[in-house]
Amino acid sequence: MATVDKPKKTSSQQSYKVIGTRPIRHDGVDKVTGRARYGADIYPSGVLHGAVLRSPHAHARIVSIDTSKARALPGVRAVVTGNDMPAVASRVADMGEGAVNIDHLSQNVLARGKVLYKGHAIAAVAADTVHVAQEALALIDVKYEVLRPVLTTQQAMADDAPILLESLRTESLGVETGKKPTNVAKHYHYIKGDVDKGFAEAAVVVEREFNTATVHQGYIEPHNATVFWSADGHITVWMSTQGSFTVRQQMADLLNLPVSSIKVVPMEIGGGFGGKISIYLPPPAALLSKRTGKPVKIVMDRAACFEATGPTPGSHIRVKIGADAKGRITAAEAWLAYEAGAFPGSPVNPGCMCVFACYDVPNGRVDGYDVVVNKPRTNAYRAPGSTNASFATETVVDEICEKLKIDPIEFRLKNASKEGTRRIDGPVYSRIGMYESALAIKNSDHYKSPLEGPNRGRGVASGFWFNAGLKSSVVASVNSDGRVSMIEGSTDIGGTRASIAMQLAETLGIAAEDVIPTVGDTDSIGYTDVTGGSRVTYATGWAAYEAGRDIQRQMVERAALIWDVEPQDVRYENGRIIGPGDRAFTFAQLAAKAAETGEPIIGRGSSDHNQPGGAFATHVVDVEVDPDTGKVEILRYTAAQDVGTAIHPAYVEGQMQGGTVQGIGWALNEEYFYDDNGVMRNASYLDYRIPTCLDVPMIDTIMVEVPNPGHPYGVRGVGEVPIVPPPAAIANAIYRAVGVRMRRLPMSPPRVLHEIFARK
Amino acid sequence: MAKKRVVTTTINGRTTEFLCEPRQTLLEVLRDVLDLTGTKEGCSNGNCGACTLLMNGRPVDSCLVLALEADGAEIETIEGVAPADGLHPIQQAFLEQAALQCGICTPGFIMSAKALLAENASPSEEEIRFYLAGNLCRCTGYDKIVRAVQQAAEMRQEARF
Repeated sequence: MATVDKPKKTSSQQSYKVIGTRPIRHDGVDKVTGRARYGADIYPSGVLHGAVLRSPHAHARIVSIDTSKARALPGVRAVVTGNDMPAVASRVADMGEGAVNIDHLSQNVLARGKVLYKGHAIAAVAADTVHVAQEALALIDVKYEVLRPVLTTQQAMADDAPILLESLRTESLGVETGKKPTNVAKHYHYIKGDVDKGFAEAAVVVEREFNTATVHQGYIEPHNATVFWSADGHITVWMSTQGSFTVRQQMADLLNLPVSSIKVVPMEIGGGFGGKISIYLPPPAALLSKRTGKPVKIVMDRAACFEATGPTPGSHIRVKIGADAKGRITAAEAWLAYEAGAFPGSPVNPGCMCVFACYDVPNGRVDGYDVVVNKPRTNAYRAPGSTNASFATETVVDEICEKLKIDPIEFRLKNASKEGTRRIDGPVYSRIGMYESALAIKNSDHYKSPLEGPNRGRGVASGFWFNAGLKSSVVASVNSDGRVSMIEGSTDIGGTRASIAMQLAETLGIAAEDVIPTVGDTDSIGYTDVTGGSRVTYATGWAAYEAGRDIQRQMVERAALIWDVEPQDVRYENGRIIGPGDRAFTFAQLAAKAAETGEPIIGRGSSDHNQPGGAFATHVVDVEVDPDTGKVEILRYTAAQDVGTAIHPAYVEGQMQGGTVQGIGWALNEEYFYDDNGVMRNASYLDYRIPTCLDVPMIDTIMVEVPNPGHPYGVRGVGEVPIVPPPAAIANAIYRAVGVRMRRLPMSPPRVLHEIFARK
Repeated sequence: MAKKRVVTTTINGRTTEFLCEPRQTLLEVLRDVLDLTGTKEGCSNGNCGACTLLMNGRPVDSCLVLALEADGAEIETIEGVAPADGLHPIQQAFLEQAALQCGICTPGFIMSAKALLAENASPSEEEIRFYLAGNLCRCTGYDKIVRAVQQAAEMRQEARF
C-alpha cells in the first residue's frame, strides 16, 4: 500500500479540505458504463470512411503514383496524395513537448518524392465504407526505386551512409556548421567545471557503453480523426489528442489557414504518453472532406500505430563517471546519439540535460547527437530522452558503488542534487526532493527487508524529469444552486478533470463534487498547451486557482453591495463571505442571491508560469532470474517519488504505478524488431508484448511531499518521472542475482541468457 | 460485395435484429450499426481485449467474432452491465479504487472481471491476474485494477450479485 512521507523542514504544511482527498472522478461513471465518447466513437451524419496507403519499403524514391483504378472503384469518393498538400515553409514550431519542422511534418503526413520508413503514408482514400476504402488502397499503383535503409545511429553516422534528407546539414550549438549533406541533424554540447581535473581526482572511474531499442508508447486507443470542411471555409476536427490547440496550430500550419477557421473538438483520449501530440490523420481527412463535401473519418489500425507513429528513440550512449574514495562524484562525461527516425527531432537534448540531473556533479561534459534513420519519426514518450540516459548513468553508478563498497542508497544521499545545485546544462535547482526520494527508499520496509534465495537480487536506481509549465485557461461559472461549472482546455488523459476541479474547490472552500468540469473545444476556452510534460495539474490547476480567486473577488464585491458596506470590509474565508458584525454568507447562499443582485459571477483564470519544480524518483526492485531461460521475474517493487503536493493521491499513485510498469516493459521485453530491409517484424501487441497483469506484481508507492515553492498549492508534475528508474534498477538487480551487467535494452531472456553463458 | 444478411440476436436482454455484410465483425456492427460504442477497438486482432463482451456468458474478443456468428446468441456488452438506477458493484469498485486512467480498456476489463467472478466467487490475486491477462492496460500498471476486482469479489460475498 502507498504511504505518504512528509519531510520535515519543508515549506509550511497547510491543512487542506479538498486537496489530498480521494473523491470519485467526475468523468468516472461515463467511463465505467461505456458512455464516454472517445475519438473513434463519433459518427456525424453522412460520414465517409477513410484509409491510408503506406509504404512497404523503409527507404525508396517514389517514381510514380497512379490512383485512377482506385478512383474508379464503386463507392470510392476521393483519393489524395502528397501532391495535394500545400507547400509550406521550412520552419520549426514548438509543440510543448518537443519541436517540429513544419515542412518535415507535412512530408510525414503524406510523403513527397521519397518514403523514409516502412509505413510512411503515401495516399488516402475516402469511401462509403471502410472496407471499400481498403479495397481501393490495393488498386493504387505506386512505382518505387528502392534505396538502402539506414537503421541505427552507428550506420547513419558512418561516412558512407546513404543520406535520408538531401537538404539536412548539422546544426551545432544553434548554428549550422556542416557543409555536406548528413544524417546528423544536431549536436548539443554542455560543459561545467574542469572535467580532466575532476577525473584526475577520482579514486575510481567507470566508463561503459549502452544501447537501447526503439520502443512505442503503446496507448490502447489507435489514432483517429473525423474532419468536416464546411463550404463556409470552417473546418471541424473531432479526435482524441493530447492538445486540441496544438492540433489546431499544426492544421493551420500544414494547410496554410488561419487558426480561427479550425475548430478542434477533443474527444475522450485512450492514452497518449507523448504519442498523441503530433498529427497524422487530420490533414488527409480534411483534404478528403474538402473534395467530397462530407465529413471523413479515419481510424488507424494497430500495425500502422507501431510502424508509422510514436515511437521513442533507440539510442547509443557512453557514460563515464569518476568518484573519490569517499564516494563523492568528481567528474562525469556522457556521449549520446538518439535515433530521430525519418525527420530530425529526437529527445536527445532532454537526454543530455537529464543524464546526470540526479547528482551534484562538480565537473561534467555532455555531447548529444540527433540522428535521422529509416524508422518512423520519433515522438515524446513519458519523460522523453530521460529513460535511455538514466539507464546508462544509474548502471555505471551501481558499478562505482560496488567498487567502493558503498551502499547504493548512501551513494545517492551523498551525491543527491539539492536546492542550489547547478546542473551541467546550466539551471540551478529550486527546492527539490531527490535526497528525500532516496531517503524514503532507505527507510522503506522493502529496502530494510532481507532478500533470500538463489538467483535473486535487489537493485536501486533514481531518475529525473523537468516537468513543464506553459499556458492554460479556465473559466468557472457560479450556478444558483451553489455549484460551479468549470471549463478547461486540457484534455483529460488520466484524471485531470478531478485534479483541476479539486484545486478550484479548495480555492473556493466548496466540495470537489460541487465543481462540474468540462474539457472545452478550441472555440469554447482560451488557449491551452498540450497535456504533456507533467504540466496539467500544475499549470491548468493554477489557472483554476486564479479562476477561483476571481470568483472570490466578485463574491466579496457582491456581498458588499448587498450589505451596503465597503468591499475592503468583506473577506472570503473557507467558503464563507464574511462582513462587518455578524454578517456572513455561505458560498451557496450568496450564489443563490447572485441572479437577483447583479451580473452573473464568472471566474476567469489563465496561467503561464515556469517554476514547475523538478521531479525526482528512486525505485527499488527485487528480481529472480531463471538461469536456464534468462527470464527475469519482478518479485517486489517499490517506487518513491517527490510528488510535491499530492492533489488526488490515488491518481498520483496511479501515475507512479503506470509509469513504473511501462518502464518494466521497456526494461524487459519491448523493442522494435527490424529485419535488414527495415521492416518491423513485430508490429502487433502479441509480438511487441507490452506487460500484462500477469507479468508484474503490485507496485508499492511512497509519495514524498516536498511542496513546490513555485505553485500556490505546492504542485509538482508527477506523471513522467516514474518511467525513468526501472530499466537501471532492474539491470542492477539482475547483476546482484546472477552476476552479469546488462548494457543493452531490452533485457529479454535471450540477451540475459547470452550474458550468463558469456560469463561462464 | 456479398449480399447483406439478417441477424437476430439478444443484446443486453433485448431481441435485436440487424443487417450486416458477411465480412463485418461483431465489434464493427455493434459500433457502426447499433451505436453501442462502449465496446472499444484497440487492435482488431484479438491481442488487447478492449472489445471484450460476453457471448452466451463467455468472454470473447468481439473483433474476432463475425457478426453472423452472433445469430441466436445472447450478447452482453458494457452498456448492459449497470442497472437502470445505478452501477454494478464491479463498476463501483473500479471508481472507488481509481482503477482507470484514460478508461479506454475499462469496458473490456469490466466484462472480463464479470465473467471471472461468475466462474470463481473468491479468486486469489494470482487467479485474477491470470484471468485478466488477455486485457491490456497501458496506464495503470494493473495494481488498482486487481484491487478493484478484489473489492468487487468481497462486495459479491457480502451481497449476492
